[in-house]
Amino acid sequence: MQEAMIKRAKELLADGSVDRVIGWKRGEFAYDITPAVFTSAEELEHDFVFDDFTAANVSKYLVKETAKEGKILAFLKPCDTYSFNQLIKEHRIDREKVYVVGIPGGPKLDIEKIKAKGITGVLSVKNEDYTLKIETLYGEETMPFSEAVLDKCASCKSKKHVAYDELIGEDGDVLESNRFDMVEKLENMTAQERFDFWRGQLSKCIRCNACRNVCPACTCENCVFDNPKSGIDNKAAADSFEENMFHIIRAFHVAGRCTDCGECSRVCPQHIPLHLLNRKFIKDINELYGEYQAGADTTSRAPLTDYTKDDCEPSVVHERGVE
Amino acid sequence: MLKISKSRLGELFDAVAAKQTLYIPTDREPGAAEYKKYESGMELTKELNTVRSAKDFFFPQTENLADFRIDGKNIEVRDIREECGDFVVFGVRACDARSFTILDKVFLCEPVDSFYKNRRDHGTVVTMACSRPAETCFCQTFGIDPTSPEGDAACFDDGESIFFKANTEKGQAFIDSIASLLEEGDTAKLDEVNAKTKEIMAKLPLAKLSTGNFGGDKLNEYFNSDKWAELSEACLGCGTCTFVCPTCQCYDIRDFNTGHGIKRFRCWDSCMYSDFTKMAHGNPRLTQLERFRQRFMHKLVYFPANNNGEFGCVGCGRCLAKCPISMNIVKVMKALEEK
Amino acid sequence: MNNDTLIPKIGVVTDIRQDTPDVKTFRVVAPEGGKVFEHMPGQCAMLSMPGVGEAMFSITSSPTNKEFMEFSIKKCGCLTEWLHAMEVGQQITIRGPYGNAFPVEGDLKGKDLLFIAGGIGLAPLRSVINYVRDNRANYGDVQVIYGSRSKDDLVDYKEIIDEWMADPNIRVDLTIDNPQEGWDGHVGFVPNYVKELAPSTSKTVLVCGPPIMIKFTLAGLKELGFTETQVYTTMELRMKCGVGKCGRCNIGNKYVCKDGPVFRFDQLGELPDEY
Repeated sequence: MQEAMIKRAKELLADGSVDRVIGWKRGEFAYDITPAVFTSAEELEHDFVFDDFTAANVSKYLVKETAKEGKILAFLKPCDTYSFNQLIKEHRIDREKVYVVGIPGGPKLDIEKIKAKGITGVLSVKNEDYTLKIETLYGEETMPFSEAVLDKCASCKSKKHVAYDELIGEDGDVLESNRFDMVEKLENMTAQERFDFWRGQLSKCIRCNACRNVCPACTCENCVFDNPKSGIDNKAAADSFEENMFHIIRAFHVAGRCTDCGECSRVCPQHIPLHLLNRKFIKDINELYGEYQAGADTTSRAPLTDYTKDDCEPSVVHERGVE
Repeated sequence: MLKISKSRLGELFDAVAAKQTLYIPTDREPGAAEYKKYESGMELTKELNTVRSAKDFFFPQTENLADFRIDGKNIEVRDIREECGDFVVFGVRACDARSFTILDKVFLCEPVDSFYKNRRDHGTVVTMACSRPAETCFCQTFGIDPTSPEGDAACFDDGESIFFKANTEKGQAFIDSIASLLEEGDTAKLDEVNAKTKEIMAKLPLAKLSTGNFGGDKLNEYFNSDKWAELSEACLGCGTCTFVCPTCQCYDIRDFNTGHGIKRFRCWDSCMYSDFTKMAHGNPRLTQLERFRQRFMHKLVYFPANNNGEFGCVGCGRCLAKCPISMNIVKVMKALEEK
Repeated sequence: MNNDTLIPKIGVVTDIRQDTPDVKTFRVVAPEGGKVFEHMPGQCAMLSMPGVGEAMFSITSSPTNKEFMEFSIKKCGCLTEWLHAMEVGQQITIRGPYGNAFPVEGDLKGKDLLFIAGGIGLAPLRSVINYVRDNRANYGDVQVIYGSRSKDDLVDYKEIIDEWMADPNIRVDLTIDNPQEGWDGHVGFVPNYVKELAPSTSKTVLVCGPPIMIKFTLAGLKELGFTETQVYTTMELRMKCGVGKCGRCNIGNKYVCKDGPVFRFDQLGELPDEY
């Protein structure tokens, strides 16, 4: 796949269809991949990588990239195309300046899951028939591929590209995913259990803002949490509830716009399952307003910004809030 | 050397914790360790290191500096500092131990930061030699020997026993305080373990990384490098690298209105944040390029320029493991060195 | 525990002067009277209203003034808006002094001095000018070139007219950007006026003002034959601690709060262009 992508990118650069290519650049190790913009065949051949670790969603970078002159080729996995569409819908990306090549999605691997198995000193990771052969400083290790899959891929919602100019490989389908299982589990907890769960998780937050900064739905030019005039700007918790507020407010702000790309949880250095907050909103929206998938298209009205007579009444809060 | 069998480590922790607060690195979840206040039964992690560094013990993420009471036009300043209790941090790795001497250079130089010094004076750092370095480790680049860590006292694990060595008076006092639990032991097996660790050190992927091309004399050469644009291109402008870094020490000072008064606190800040240098009338670091450059120039050029060639990095590898876009000081060093 | 510089002292505002439409000068004393601390010309202090903000301001009064300190502050953000709205008798917090100073007891001694200021840039220089006036025998010729947008924007205009211009031992040249009724003095930008006046290159120059004015003034001085080693300025960047630890006001490896704010242009030239 990587070879086919490099070949196609080189062709499109050579014939002038695009000026730049956004994809992934290999790093020092098997897994430390950086989103990168390539401008020449040499760079592509030397550094471009597409493998089991290229999980990063590059669609948000297109906000910055399409503000520049020229056209950019973006390689988008199915999940990335949902973010892309949502950004188009929100007028953050200039569609004319992007040539989207749809590429197959994951499942991608999570190096942290490999390390959590006690496999350290990782030098290379090879997937042989869904068994990972891992060469380490301390000898070779093996583990099942499935146990190292990123959470966001383990509950994949769709293999279908919802936006592309061309595809490399076959398109897939929207999947029956298990992505609301954990949300349901949380819903079935008592209020106290749920509160304890979230306090436990959110107390780990170091307020690095990685979740916000990676989030394709967080494209405000000046976030309220950075704006001294908002009155709620802060860099650290002044009291023990502030981290909770940060994440809850952020979840509210992306409600109806979050495509469930899972990047927030992927980048969290403290492994906080932030996506569960977003999924709760998605699940509620589905239940209260009818099935809706943000980013599935670029034209439909989002339930929370649209009014219909069938909309639920505010009293639903009380009805659903009862234990 | 004095030692204790690993099976009796819990007894030792209990004995230490009976006299002063003890913190040990323990598993929060598989693959993620953190320092926690020791409670009986808590087990030492098997992870190489904690997700967050040990700098919190001396430079916590947030701390109160002063309280103010406002009454009409009058202000009362309340100095809320108090002498902190004695505490022990056990199991600090060599890289983190070195980070304290780097933080000391910032906080203990005149005018001395009394908040930091208070904790430094009352904390005993007990280090633990490494025997299983990770691929992301590069402490040897900064002259750190993980088989012989600094700190007040150092511990060594030969697989069966933990050996103790004092590096400072404070460390000796710590060992004396647990002497009744220790016995004299043979270090032959430990020497083997250390020799093996050194073999691994030589084979680490970053073993050849050198600071030779960095230092205070490279100021304009690297500041004006054309590599920064590419290096900073994907940077999210988050503070992950800064906050997991054991040597990053930039802070912000803020006020918080409790409704009953004002608390002035300081908290970690990140030069990667867009408002770090923002003033009412402008910002000298307008784009992520300048902010990104600042972080690495500080560690590789500015800090050594001001501190007799010492670098602001200890090679712990946390930023390598945690940066959401996998950009880090190693990649920066390698890119800047390319002519 | 020893005093910590981060824990501020109380200052009482005993006088407020409206200098220009957006600049006020505040007189600050210790609650028990007298100055909160001593300083040298060019040094700064952190002023704060708890809950509103804290920021660095240069001390505009001369250390030779033994009764009080003064701060000329332009309204441009949250804290300064609050300070502009307060009344006499208000307490604020103050800590310092921070930074180096103009070398009034070092390299400047015995020299002919030329002060060039634009707008609020007079604030840090006023401290030096009054220090020099009070120790007049230690310095050679003293000339002040000061300009602002309009007559109303000249900070400390009353002191300039009543004291400086009446002082036979110093020369003061004023200019405003555009012609104005009731102004028969010079009209034009400071950098151009400096070139017109063509001061002797034997002078040591202290310049402060908006960055663009400093830039053109320095270029003009160079045209006149001045070298960078003869010209001092004072810098302003965002600060939090004031003692070179919080890590944000650096230019290269120099912290403006600690190694500055006073720099000679040849020293600045060795640093990265990031200010």
